[in-house]
Amino acid sequence: MTAEPVPDGGRGRRPQHLDLDALIDDRATRVVVCCGSGGVGKTTTAAALALRAAARGRRVVVLTIDPAKRLAQSMGLEELDNEPRVVPGVDPGAGGELQAMMLDMRRTFDEMVLGHTTPDRAQAIFDNPFYQTISSSFSGTQEYMAMEKLGQLAATGRWDLIVVDTPPSRSALDFLDAPQRLSSFLDGRMIRLLSAPARAGGSALRKLVGSTFNLFAKAVSTILGGQMLADASAFVQAFDTLFGGFQERANATYQLLRAPGTAFLVVAAPEPDALREASYFVERLGTERMPLAGMVLNRTHPVHATLSGARAREGAESLEAARGDATTAAVLRLHADRVETAERERRVLARFTRAHPAVPIVDVPAMATDVHDLDGLRAIGELLSS
Amino acid sequence: MSNQRQSGGVGLFDEAGVERWPDALAGARLHVVTGKGGTGKSTLAAALALALAAGGGRTLLVEVEGRQGIAQLFDTPPLPYAEQRIAVAPDGGEVRGLAVDAEEALLEYLEMFYNLGLAGRTLRRMGAVEFATTLAPGLRDVLLTGKVKECVGRTVGEDRRGRGSRQPLYDAVVLDAPPTGRVVKFLDVTKAMGTLARTGPIRTQSEGVVALLHSPQTVVHVVSQLEDLPVQETLDTVDELAEANLPPGAIMVNRVRPARLPVSDRVDEGDLRAGLEAAGLFLKDDEVGGLLSEVSEHTERLAVESGVRSRLDAAGMPQIELPELADGVDLGGLYELAELLREQGVRHDR
Repeated sequence: MTAEPVPDGGRGRRPQHLDLDALIDDRATRVVVCCGSGGVGKTTTAAALALRAAARGRRVVVLTIDPAKRLAQSMGLEELDNEPRVVPGVDPGAGGELQAMMLDMRRTFDEMVLGHTTPDRAQAIFDNPFYQTISSSFSGTQEYMAMEKLGQLAATGRWDLIVVDTPPSRSALDFLDAPQRLSSFLDGRMIRLLSAPARAGGSALRKLVGSTFNLFAKAVSTILGGQMLADASAFVQAFDTLFGGFQERANATYQLLRAPGTAFLVVAAPEPDALREASYFVERLGTERMPLAGMVLNRTHPVHATLSGARAREGAESLEAARGDATTAAVLRLHADRVETAERERRVLARFTRAHPAVPIVDVPAMATDVHDLDGLRAIGELLSS
Repeated sequence: MSNQRQSGGVGLFDEAGVERWPDALAGARLHVVTGKGGTGKSTLAAALALALAAGGGRTLLVEVEGRQGIAQLFDTPPLPYAEQRIAVAPDGGEVRGLAVDAEEALLEYLEMFYNLGLAGRTLRRMGAVEFATTLAPGLRDVLLTGKVKECVGRTVGEDRRGRGSRQPLYDAVVLDAPPTGRVVKFLDVTKAMGTLARTGPIRTQSEGVVALLHSPQTVVHVVSQLEDLPVQETLDTVDELAEANLPPGAIMVNRVRPARLPVSDRVDEGDLRAGLEAAGLFLKDDEVGGLLSEVSEHTERLAVESGVRSRLDAAGMPQIELPELADGVDLGGLYELAELLREQGVRHDR
């Protein structure tokens, strides 16, 4: 990339360059998790990186969440079947292979239940309307199931690199928080309190708020309806026996995320919102002591000529004033626009790098069209590694 | 101010002669703004609230996703759960902001009907309130839209029991709604009510919400961008809104970049070099090559844009156009966007 230096008061240094080829070529890298807020190109990044790793000799599986239709088709994924499928057209020359799958959260949840209980009991759980709500529309279920699926894939030992996309949540942090939220929800304390506060009684909790809780429980059941609380209560009872197993599994996956072979990639775009989210996420990974490899900055608009914006504009003005060549004037205006955009993007990025100077970054210039085949993914892979 | 600004020439009608902000939109009182993530939905919702308040009005900008986007845009401290003045509109008028929170809204209800007293806060700290809103996924949306409806219906001088004058407190309420993927589910309160009890105060309120959302008082705007995916999502959303019988507003095409060179203009390297020299610019070969590759990227982008534009046109909705702001969006940028909206006829008829 050619770029003219932008004065930033001397406070920001150029961020370190993120070398993704080194990351995927390192056999010790076993799991790559792509995180970021919605709409920054996470899924495409995950797919392109997985394809590149496969072409360079890794046996790779990529877990995508809700990919755009054409992106899914480019990997030969036609339907949501929750099983990894071989991606046709990947160069096997280097001894690698690529499998891809789309997460089916309902089915993953079902499998998790089946793995921890008898078929009869599982069926009773599946039939509970409350289970249907939790497994299809609870806001954290997708994140939880993405982690569960990652745990399952890792447990098979079938692949030597797993690349994971994360759900398009409003915040990247949801990915880390959702399993905890869901499990505190499922552990049943609240349901017992709400459905039978008297029996759960005597607890310190109840003393704390006295009869208010009964009143609250009554109010909640007026709003939600008694049937829902009854279903919820039956569900939690059925779940009780499974819960220990789930917890253990979630803990194991959490440990996998902290293990040395795991690398997090934060995906962002040069927009204030996306970079703010990236900032939160980087800080959080630090707190959780989870390994951050760096940031992929998608959709940048680098300039291709070092001519300054001011000189380009002056040139255009002089041509326009002299009724000179209109095409050249337009080319100069176009260049001045690009310089302006690139400068804005660099200012936005500079705020991030000042706060997180140690995070290596690679930027991926915007493409005019969306990815719709493997060649498109290969092209992005090239950019990711440049 | 940016020299990229072109919308001075955008005018009140689009190229197909469709009015950009017809009377039906000027008469609406609830403006729901959605869009694909990253298209600038919250920014345009804020600019719309400014434009609709311009000239002595009062609007309320509401957010429901708990991200404190309004405070960030208007550069104010995080908003509490209370309507608060956040900006003065052009030519007089004010914008107030509100960050609705489902848990607070639930407590507000319980407070109103069951008199929980201070213990409500304790329940919240224990997670009981979050639990109740999680239990029925529809409840959250019912509570959020319920609060919005209450704001639309509020009158000047209204007390807690809803007595007040006939004059609405807000000329218009602008809702920064969830993104395209979730918005129809969010607004489809009828469906959400399926998960709730058949009677009771929230039920009654929800029925009012349904009536408001399906009335001419409401319009749903979709923010888009001239790229493949955002346009596809916009069109999908327009269809879903129609299916759910929610009233369409305008498509707000954001970040429109100027077309510097018509697609038909081919740039010859020799001519360009001559032109540059005439402008006093003597560039090295790789510089000229760089300019040429910028031209070819531009051409490629224009081709994509003209393709997606014709797909947007086929949706048959009024279209608003806003440019990419060279300096990014800060408070000044919001006013600039509001001004551009007004130039395209955006107003509230009081």
